[in-house]
Amino acid sequence: MIEFQSVTKRYPDGTVAVDALDLAIEDGGITVLVGPSGCGKTTSLRMINRMVDPSEGTVLIDGRDVRAQSPSALRRGIGYVIQNAGLFPHRTVLDNVATVPVLTGTGKAAARKRAAELLETVGLPAAFAKRYPAQLSGGQQQRVGVARALAADPPVLLMDEPFSAVDPIVRDDLQEELLRLQSELGKTIVFVTHDIDEAIKLGDKVAVLRVGGRLAQFDTPSALLANPVDDFVASFVGRDRGYRALGFLPGHGVPVGPVSSVPVGTAVDTARGQLTDGWAVVVDDAKRPLGWVSADLLSSSGDAVSAENLISGGSLYSVDAESGGTSGSLRNALDAALSSPSGVGIAVDSGGAVVGGITADTVIAALAEARRSGEVPT
Amino acid sequence: MNWLLNNLDGLGPIILTHLWLALVPVVVGTLVSMPLGWASSRWPVARAILVPLSSLLYTIPSLALFVIMPLVLGTQSLEPINVQVALTLYTVALLVRSITDALSAVPESVTTAATAMGYRPIGRFFAVELPLAVPVLIAGIRVAAVSNMGLVAIGQLIGVTSLGLLLLQGSQTSPPNFDQIIVGIVIIVLLALVVDGLLALLGRRLTPWARVGPKAGAAT
Repeated sequence: MIEFQSVTKRYPDGTVAVDALDLAIEDGGITVLVGPSGCGKTTSLRMINRMVDPSEGTVLIDGRDVRAQSPSALRRGIGYVIQNAGLFPHRTVLDNVATVPVLTGTGKAAARKRAAELLETVGLPAAFAKRYPAQLSGGQQQRVGVARALAADPPVLLMDEPFSAVDPIVRDDLQEELLRLQSELGKTIVFVTHDIDEAIKLGDKVAVLRVGGRLAQFDTPSALLANPVDDFVASFVGRDRGYRALGFLPGHGVPVGPVSSVPVGTAVDTARGQLTDGWAVVVDDAKRPLGWVSADLLSSSGDAVSAENLISGGSLYSVDAESGGTSGSLRNALDAALSSPSGVGIAVDSGGAVVGGITADTVIAALAEARRSGEVPT
Repeated sequence: MNWLLNNLDGLGPIILTHLWLALVPVVVGTLVSMPLGWASSRWPVARAILVPLSSLLYTIPSLALFVIMPLVLGTQSLEPINVQVALTLYTVALLVRSITDALSAVPESVTTAATAMGYRPIGRFFAVELPLAVPVLIAGIRVAAVSNMGLVAIGQLIGVTSLGLLLLQGSQTSPPNFDQIIVGIVIIVLLALVVDGLLALLGRRLTPWARVGPKAGAAT
């Protein structure tokens, strides 16, 4: 456990970056420090590995004052990932990853062997080992940054806005990858971001800090969305928080109904007979959804339904067919329904095949049911 | 051409002396300017003093510096050490600024990461900052080496023998011995080119990472 005990950081010019922070970070989870610029989140993070020393108060790791060790010894036992990765441009990817083991006296060969394993762990091909950082994209560099932080197998990992400089799609990949890694490794991760969506997505617990370095709220993401303690947290958490809170409710109560589907290549006349409320979803050989056809579209089509001439579909709601359960949330279900051109959201199984449809009404009904049965945090 | 053929035997030692006079200051100057550059990249006060001072130093004419060296060092006026110390000063003057700039140009994310990995300041300097400064450092050393190669010849005017002897002797006869002068110039230029080339080669060997760019297909 990492504990902040009435920690204050005041700079010589009088600026208070962190103000009387009390925080207990549990082992084995991702704790996110989030807040606007100037809230002291990075300063707080850096007090854990003594990149910054507090003016008052104590930081403890497993009950031990971080000041009990020299800064360099302390830091070698704590992983650190920085924005833009901060890789050493003059070292190969492999040697970047091997940095800390080499510093702590592991032989170069053993350190490189371990580094090669880690590249695989973070999803980079072995061919990257001999490249230099300049030959990698931003997302790939950040994966190397994570591998480097993990190289000495530290129990604690500090991540300072690691994904904020990459484009949104890559950021999404990296976030998923981090969650996957964490499910395997179970590190104690302290993650700093200014992006509340990232905090909600990654955090087991989220600490919202306000300008001036004061802790506003420390809670689980769902509790944060359901019950912000004050207007600052409510506005920071965002205006769609009611909708986003649905992301924490499992969608198993949503009934999956039938949906009209036509295989691609079906004759237009046959397809017309299959429409429900003027719509049908077009599927490929494996029953995967390709898009929608409407009555209007069919009347302007040729002889058969083609894969090219379709109305694009909305997001998909995934259902695990084997267990009969679901891997989606109410948010996924509602979004599937709302983003579908026909108003019917497509439910797919783990293989991507269409298993049925859901409507917004059924999602709202499931939400009401969840509320009655006490599944919605209040 | 006749002059060259008649004097071939005497040229070897004089070339070696010339190189010795010009290159020892490059090595010493580099070693001296590293801690100075490190200090001025680290502390703004040191930078505010050292960088302008070194620029100023470079504006002193070489002949003047050669002449006052015995007064400063307490040496005899004909000793080669006078020329070597003066050239060391020029080398320092050239390199302090480049080393300062090179070290300051190391991205903050890189130095922060190095600190967070557990490097101590000295270890970080040799393992991370200095290697990254090598391209700029080598560029500065090349300029210093080539410039010293010419400046050494001026030391001939205060009686320190180098290839400058050929230029001085050649111009003091009547009529001037143009063969001798041209041979002197050509050898100095060739030496400068060879040293410069060797340094460039050394730089390439030391920095394979500096020649790579983003590869096609790395865009994910």
